[in-house]
This record gives sequence, structure tokens and C-alpha cells, in this order.
Amino acid sequence: MKKTTLLLAGTSLALGATSAFAGSHTGSITAVSWGGAYTVSQVEAYHKPWTAATGNTVVSEDYSGGIAEVKAQVEAGNVTWDIIDVEKSDAVRGCDEGLFMEIDPTSLPNGSDGSSAVEDFIPGSFTDCAVANIVWSTIFAYDSSVTPKGPASIADFFNPAAFPGKRGLRKSPKANLEMALAADGVASADIYDVLATEEGVDRAFAKLDTIKDIVVWWEAGAQPPQLLADGEVAMTTAYNGRIFNAVAGEGKSFEIVWDAQVLDVDMWAIIKGAPNAELAMDFLKFSTATEQLAAQASYIAYGPARKSSAPYVTTYHSNADLEMGPQMPTAAANLATAIPNDFEFWADNADELNERFNAWLIN
Amino acid sequence: MTDSSGPLLAVDGTPLKRKLAQSMFRSRARAFGLALPLLAFIIVVFVYPILDFLRQSVYDARFATLMPATSEVMADWDGSTAPTEEMAVALVADLVVAKKEKTIGKVATRVNRELSGTRSLFTKTARSAKKMKPPFMEALIEKDRDWADIETWQAMKTASRVYTPAYIAAALDRKMLADGSIVRQSEERRIHVQLFAKTLEISFLVTIFCLILGYPIAFLMASLPLRTSNLLLILVLLPFWTSLLVRTTAWIAMLQAQGVMNDLFVVFGLATDEDRFSLIYNKTGTLIAMTHILLPFMILPLFSVMKTIPPSYVRAAKSMGATDWTAFWRVYFPQSVPGIGAGALLVFILAIGYYITPALVGGQDGQMVSNIIDFHMRKSLNWNLAAALGLVMLVFVMFLFWVYDRVVGIDNMKLG
Repeated sequence: MKKTTLLLAGTSLALGATSAFAGSHTGSITAVSWGGAYTVSQVEAYHKPWTAATGNTVVSEDYSGGIAEVKAQVEAGNVTWDIIDVEKSDAVRGCDEGLFMEIDPTSLPNGSDGSSAVEDFIPGSFTDCAVANIVWSTIFAYDSSVTPKGPASIADFFNPAAFPGKRGLRKSPKANLEMALAADGVASADIYDVLATEEGVDRAFAKLDTIKDIVVWWEAGAQPPQLLADGEVAMTTAYNGRIFNAVAGEGKSFEIVWDAQVLDVDMWAIIKGAPNAELAMDFLKFSTATEQLAAQASYIAYGPARKSSAPYVTTYHSNADLEMGPQMPTAAANLATAIPNDFEFWADNADELNERFNAWLIN
Repeated sequence: MTDSSGPLLAVDGTPLKRKLAQSMFRSRARAFGLALPLLAFIIVVFVYPILDFLRQSVYDARFATLMPATSEVMADWDGSTAPTEEMAVALVADLVVAKKEKTIGKVATRVNRELSGTRSLFTKTARSAKKMKPPFMEALIEKDRDWADIETWQAMKTASRVYTPAYIAAALDRKMLADGSIVRQSEERRIHVQLFAKTLEISFLVTIFCLILGYPIAFLMASLPLRTSNLLLILVLLPFWTSLLVRTTAWIAMLQAQGVMNDLFVVFGLATDEDRFSLIYNKTGTLIAMTHILLPFMILPLFSVMKTIPPSYVRAAKSMGATDWTAFWRVYFPQSVPGIGAGALLVFILAIGYYITPALVGGQDGQMVSNIIDFHMRKSLNWNLAAALGLVMLVFVMFLFWVYDRVVGIDNMKLG
């Protein structure tokens, strides 16, 4: 009897003590991102500084894209995620489906050069429900230690005769169709006009047919560098930041080919019905400020979405000799034949092209 | 002394038959009562959500609820005559409301599924719907030429149906037209039936391979003395304790072009260094990895059935002059058939629903239906089509189960 009372007293004391601390004013948000090197860059540049500045914690979760999980949470009325990093087409889609909160661009802080947020962010950074944070692109890369005389243009990617070996492609028509048309000779500015026609789509698939048998399909961003490292593929498309991290962080000898890179932006969106929506908004304003966007650039080669961040972009965090500026998709030297992703086109045609792509894959 | 002229009576005077029925009823009710909490739990947590989700395969009220006036007017339209001004009036009224309530996105996405490109048409028109003045049909066409196209209105008519067979038709590679008829999809859009066939083929092959590989192992385990057989049993169970994902990725390292198996083949001269076997990211990879993962599910039922086969029958057969093979085939094997039935059914059902392994190692030709259901759930967000595919799969598997019952018999299946 005495032992039981002692045990009960001890437990209730412990519970009382912890609940006293739990009632303090530090909040917490759940930030969802793509995992791997990209999430590391966000943790270092956004999460840790915000926690240091406000005392709130950030719980980081990973996902692999798509807004199905968000849709499931919102429709079930049980939202556990607060803020999520989405591709632009998903941001538009999610807003259409009523999954994200609307964000007013004028409520964002000014750039460090004094310009208002609306002027400071690059064009295309705002949709009704999301704010851009980085510019990334889909490029293709090869291992220069295996192929010293490597490919120089997108046409080489589709040329198995001159450059033998397997190819890696994302298992989605996005970026693949644009690159196929570019390899077939279409100018960057005309890609989406051609793709809007039936003949254009046929042409893109015909070009993809030339390498269909030697393609290894990847879905997660971490797969392409792994495929290159394993020697499974001779060349692969990839998100540029992942290849950069394999080179800078792991000493791999991969080379990026910037020809026909497909530029896109990633955006922060706050989920409707999120449990910590106000804190999430505060985090969003903090993490899209000039210094933070420049800070993430020293961990991964993604360009800040604010023009005022450019002068603050310095070197790689662990290698002071590696200047980040030239590594960005938006560096002048890399921008020559870039294709900016047309989100309106994909929002309209994703369903049909996905269906066509799946059918093409299986046949 | 019993009274032989009337029915038997129990101690308290009621007829024995009725007393027996009562007590049997009570014991059955007690058994049912004990199982009731579990049954309720399964119904609430498992059966009801699945049925609710499957309902989406035939029920899609989004357009009808968000654009009520348009749907009502469309109901009377036959789909082939020119759209009327009445329809345009209803449409503009609905668009104004949808823009205000911010539900236009959902409407646009729904119609876009019927006719690609209508999403931007709807969002654009909705933005200026408030300022439109009658005659509305002309105002619409002035906003965008596509409104003059009857296909746009037909797409809306199809979208406005609440109970629709369109998704199940799509799951079977058919398309529903505005007038309600169902036609086959064009050649390059036919994917689902082929995928079902491939899923069945892969599951069937995996079952056969598991049987061929698992039977000798189970036989060995059943015939060895207890200690060795227990050790072998632990070795069979060991993979269960390793994560499924780890096992699948281990196969990637083993089978890839520069992996262990290919290196061995090159060393033994079965392949040249430049022309290695392609064992992964295709159907071969899926078959190998799935067989490995599902093997214990075949071995364990077989083992438990074989353990109950008395060795004296085989000895008796041999003592009567049977050869080893005849004794096995005609005496031992028929007794192990219930185990084969159980193991095969288990492996087949598991293989049909398999998702992770084909997703990781299947490449483009080892894809199964579960991968495309996943695509519709997570990427294209077409949950109705995913539900329809799931429903077709469920119906088909139940049909196979019924066939199995007729051919082999459910009673002819033991788990030990």
C-alpha cells in the first residue's frame, strides 16, 4: 500500500512539473519539404535562425511532392501540417482546390535595399496562395570521370549512338517533353507554343521514343545522383541542387549541362485549417526575407527569389573557395537557352499529358 | 421411467428438443457477443471507410453542388443540339457565385478532366462573369471562342452527372460520351486493361516460382529432426524481421548493372563487361524481388501441413513396392495439396496488391495496377478514378476467389 501511494505521488508530481513547463509561450510549426540536401539547406538557413529569433520550434517533415496528402488532411478536417514547400504547378492546383490560405504579397517585408516585396521578387513569384522562395531547374548531368569527353548540349542526351549508356529521366512528362522538343530543334521561347498543338506533343514523344529502351525512371530527387554514382546511367536529368551537393559535399566528379534547363520556382504555401497558421505566416515572412534567401544559397545551388538577395550570395558553407553565384540556374552564363516552366500550360494540360505519358510508358 | 408415448422432457418439463435449441442458442450468442467488439471495430475502422471511398468510383457531386443552376438546365439538354441562351444564363449566374465562394477552382478542375484546357477557360471567364450583360451566350463567346464549341458544353453535361459510370468505364479503358453512350478509348490511351492483365501475369508467375522454390524447403523442414528443423524455421522467419524496404533496396544493390550478380557473371564469363544483364528496373527485377519477399508466405503453410502428414503412409507405399517417385507423387503429394492451396492463395492475393517492390525495382515494365492507383491518389489527385480501379480490382479478385472455390474448394485448404 505504501509503495503504491509513493509511486502515485511520484507520477503525479512528475506530470505536474512537466505540464507547468508545457504551458509556456513557445509555439511550434510543422514545415514540410522535399527531404535530403534541400531540407538541410532550409533547416540551416530558415528553421534555426527563426528558432533563435523567436524561440518557436520548427518540426521538419519530408514528402515527395504532389498535394494528395494535403488534400487528404484538409478533407478529413484533420490538418497536421502548417506550411509546405510546393512546386509552382502544385501551388496553383492546391489553391484551386481550396487547400491553401490566400497570401497578400503586400504584407511581406521589404527587401534590404528598400524595395517593396512586390518589386523585389522576380516575376512569377506570387500566386494567390503561395510565395516563391527559390529558383531551381531541371538539368542533366554526367560523370566526368566515366565520360571525360562528355555531352555539351541537350541533343547529345538524345543521341545514344554518339554517347552510349543508359539515361535517367524523371517519371513524369514535365520537363521531359520540353527537353525533347529542345533536342529536336525547337527554340526555348517557342517550346510551349509547339507543345500546345497535337503535332507538337507527338513530336516530343517521338523524340523520347529514340531513347525509351535505355531509360531508368526516377521519382525522388535523391535518386539521380545515386544512379550516376552507381554507374547505372551515363547521363540523367536531375534537380540542379542535388547534383551540386553531390559534387560539393561528397566530392563526386559530376558535370552539369545547362543547355535547355527547365526553370521553375518552389514556393511556400500555408495549408487551410493549419493548427498554427499565424506562426506559419510569421515563419514565411521571415524565411522569404532578403538575408535568409541569400543564406540558403550557401548550402545548395538554388537561386533566391528576391533580386535584393543577389549581392549577399557568397560561398559554399564548408568551402570558402567555392563561389555560389556561378552555380545558380539564374547565373548569366547558364541562362542562355533556359526554358521557364509555364505553369498555366501544365495546370491545364497535366491530366491529359500524364495520361498520355502513362500510356506511352506502358506500351 | 421415461414416457415412451410422448416427446422427451427435460427436468423442468419443457421438451428436450426445445431445451437443447435454447442452450445452443445461448452458447452461440455468447460466442457472438465475445466477438462483437472486434466485429464492430473492424466494421467502423476498416469496412465502412473502404466502402465510403469506393462510393467515389460512381458518385461525384462536385459539379452538381457547386453549379446547381447549370446542372439543372443541363439535365434537360440532349447533348447534341446547340446550347441555348437559358444554359448561358444559368452558367453565368453560377460562375458569379463560384467566384465569390472561391469554389471555381474545383469546378474548373472537374471539367478539365473531361476536356483538357477548360480549366483556364473557366477561371478566366469566372473573373469577368460579374460584369457580363445579356444576351449571355454572346458575351461568353466574346470572352473566349471555346464557348461556341459544343464540346465544352458536352463536357459540362458529363461533369454534372452525380451518379456516373464514367470512372468505371475509364478504369476499363472506355469513355462515356455526353449522350451517355460508352465507347472504347483511342488506341494510345488504353492502359488499364493491359495493366490488369500484366498484374495477373506477374502475380501468377510469382506464385508458381514461390511454389517451386518453397515446396522442397518445406519438405526438408518437415522431414528433418526437430532441432535442425527449428533452426531452418528461424532462418525462414528471419526476413520477416527485416524491413520490407531494406530488403527491396538490397535487391537493387545486388541486381543493378554494376552490382554483385553482374560482377559474378562477368567473373565466370557468362557476360561481358560492356554487355551486362539487365536484371533490375524491369519485369525480371520485379519477379525476383517479389518471389524473395513472398517466399515465407508459401513455405510456412506448406510446412505446417506437411508436419501433419504421417510418415507411415509413405513407408507403407514403399513396402508395397512403390518407387520413391511414385510414393511421393501418389501418396505424399495429394496430402500436401491443402497446404499448397493455402500458400498459393496467400501469395497470389498478396502479390496482386503489391506496391512498394514494383515501384522501386519495376522500372517501366514491371508496373502493376497498384502503382497506377498510387499515381492517381498522390499525383493526379483523381481519387474517383483510383476508387474505380480499386473497385474493379476487388470485384475481379472476388471472382477469382469464387473460381478457386469451385475448382479447389475452400474446405480443401488447411493452415496446419
